[in-house]
Amino acid sequence: METITLLAWAFDSLLGLGLLWLAWQSLASPDLFKAIVLFFAFGLLMALAWVRLEAPDIALAEVAIGAGLTSALLLAVLAKLRATEINDDTTEPLENVEQTFRSFQWFPTVILLLVVAGLSYTVLSLPPYATGLSAEINTNIENSGVRNPATAVLLNFRAYDTLLEMLVLLIALLGVWSLNGAVLQSKTAPGLVLDTLSRLLAPMLILVAAYLLWVGAHASGGAFQAGSILGAAGVLLLLAGWRLRPALTALPLRLMLVAGPAAFIAMAVFTMMIEGQLLEYPKQYAGILILFLEIAATLSIGTTLVALFLGGRPSNNFPSNDFPSKDEEHK
Amino acid sequence: MQILYLTLALFLLLNISVGMYRIIRGPSTADRMLAAQLFGSTAVAILLLLTLATGNSALRDVALLLALLAAVTAVAFVQRAWPNRETDDDDE
Amino acid sequence: MTMSDYLSATLLITGAIFFLAGTLGLLRFPDVYTRLHALTKADNVGLGLTIAGVAVQAESWAVVGKLLLIWVLVLLAGASVAHLIARGAQHRGIHLWKR
Repeated sequence: METITLLAWAFDSLLGLGLLWLAWQSLASPDLFKAIVLFFAFGLLMALAWVRLEAPDIALAEVAIGAGLTSALLLAVLAKLRATEINDDTTEPLENVEQTFRSFQWFPTVILLLVVAGLSYTVLSLPPYATGLSAEINTNIENSGVRNPATAVLLNFRAYDTLLEMLVLLIALLGVWSLNGAVLQSKTAPGLVLDTLSRLLAPMLILVAAYLLWVGAHASGGAFQAGSILGAAGVLLLLAGWRLRPALTALPLRLMLVAGPAAFIAMAVFTMMIEGQLLEYPKQYAGILILFLEIAATLSIGTTLVALFLGGRPSNNFPSNDFPSKDEEHK
Repeated sequence: MQILYLTLALFLLLNISVGMYRIIRGPSTADRMLAAQLFGSTAVAILLLLTLATGNSALRDVALLLALLAAVTAVAFVQRAWPNRETDDDDE
Repeated sequence: MTMSDYLSATLLITGAIFFLAGTLGLLRFPDVYTRLHALTKADNVGLGLTIAGVAVQAESWAVVGKLLLIWVLVLLAGASVAHLIARGAQHRGIHLWKR
C-alpha cells in the first residue's frame, strides 16, 4: 500500500478505537464529573471523525453543540444534582437505581446487539462507491440560491425538516421551563481573570457567529453552527456572572426565542400563497429569503441554547426584590 | 509533504491518546480539566495539519471554532465544578 | 521541495516535539500545578510553531490572519483557564508538591 493510504488508515483506525474506548469509559465511569470530561473528549474526537469523513459542516456543529455546549449543559445538570461542590472522592451512584439496573441488564444489551447487527448489515450492503443524492443536488444547486450543498439541503430542498427542527428545539425549551424557575442572580462576583476573559471572548464569539452565518452560503457554515456559537457566547457571559436585566427577560426574551420558528412558519405561509407549494421560494429571491430565515434561526437557536443552560424559566416579576445589585453582594 | 502532515497528525493523535490516561487516572478534578485543555489545543493542531493534507480550507474554520469552544467549555468546567468559591479579594 | 517547504517542515516538526514535551510533562510531573505549567507552556509553543509552519504554506494574507487569530485565542484561553484551574485547585486545598 502507498505510504499515504497507510498513514490515513492508521490515523482513522486510531481515531475509531479512541472513540470507542472513550465512549465506553465515559459510560462506565462511576464518577460523573470524569464521565463528562470524557464525553467532551469524545465530542472532540467525533469532530475529527467528521472531518475525516469530509463533512466539515457537521464537524462545526459537533464541536459547537456536541462537545462544547452539551458538556456545559451536563455540568449544569450535575451541579444541580449535587447542589454542592463536586468532590474529589469517587461518588457512589444511587443505591436502588443500581439494583434495578442490574436485574434488567440483559434487556438493553439485547436491544443494542440487534441495533449493531442491523447497522452492520446496512453498512455492509451499501454499494462500494455510493454517491447518494449528490448528483441531483449538484444539478439543482444554481436554483437553490446558495452554493453550499449542505445549506441548500437544509434551507431549501428540505426546509420543511428544518422548520420542524426549530419547533422541536422550542418544545424542548418549554419542557425545561416547565420544571422549575431559574435562579437568575449570581452568587459571587467573578474574579478579574474570568471577567476580562469573558469581555474579550464574547465579542469574538459573536463576530465568528456572524461570519459563519454569512459564509454558510458558499462554504461550510450556516444557521445551526452560528446559532450554537451565539449560545456559547451567552453561556460564557452567564458563567462570568452577567445577567440580563429583569425587564428584558419577559417579553423580549420570548420574542427572540420564537423568532426562528415564527419566521419559518411565516415563510411557509407566504410561499404557499405565492407559489402554491410549501416552502417553495420564488427563484430570483431564494438567496435573500434563505439569508433572512438563517438570521432568524441563528438568533433563536442561540437564545434557546442559553435559556436551556440557565435551566429554568426566568422569573416574571419585575421590578422585583429577587435580583440584588452587585453592590449588595459585597456587603 | 503530505506524508509529513499525515505523520504529524498521527503523532498528535497518539499524544491525545496518551493524554486520556491523565483523565482516567488524574487524582483530582483539576487534573481532568487540564487534560481536557490538552485535547483542545492538540485537536486544533491536528485540524490545521489536516487542512494542509486535504486542501479543504473549511477545516480552518473548524479549528477556529474549536479554539473558542474549548475556552468556553473549560470555563464551564471550572465554574460548575467549583461553584461556591468566595469572592476573590486577592486579585491585585 | 521548495525553500518554503523545508521551512514549513522544520517548524512543524519542532512544534510536534514541543507537543510531545507537553504530554510527557502531563504524565510525569508530580502535581497539578507543575502539570498545568508543562501543559500550557509547551502546548502553546507547540501550537504556535505548528501555526507558523502552516502559515508558511498559506495561500493568502487573509489566511495567515485567521491562523494568527486562532493562535492568539488559544493563548488567551489557555492562560486564563490555567489561572482559573490553579486557583480552583488551591482553594480546594490541593497542596504544592515539595520534594
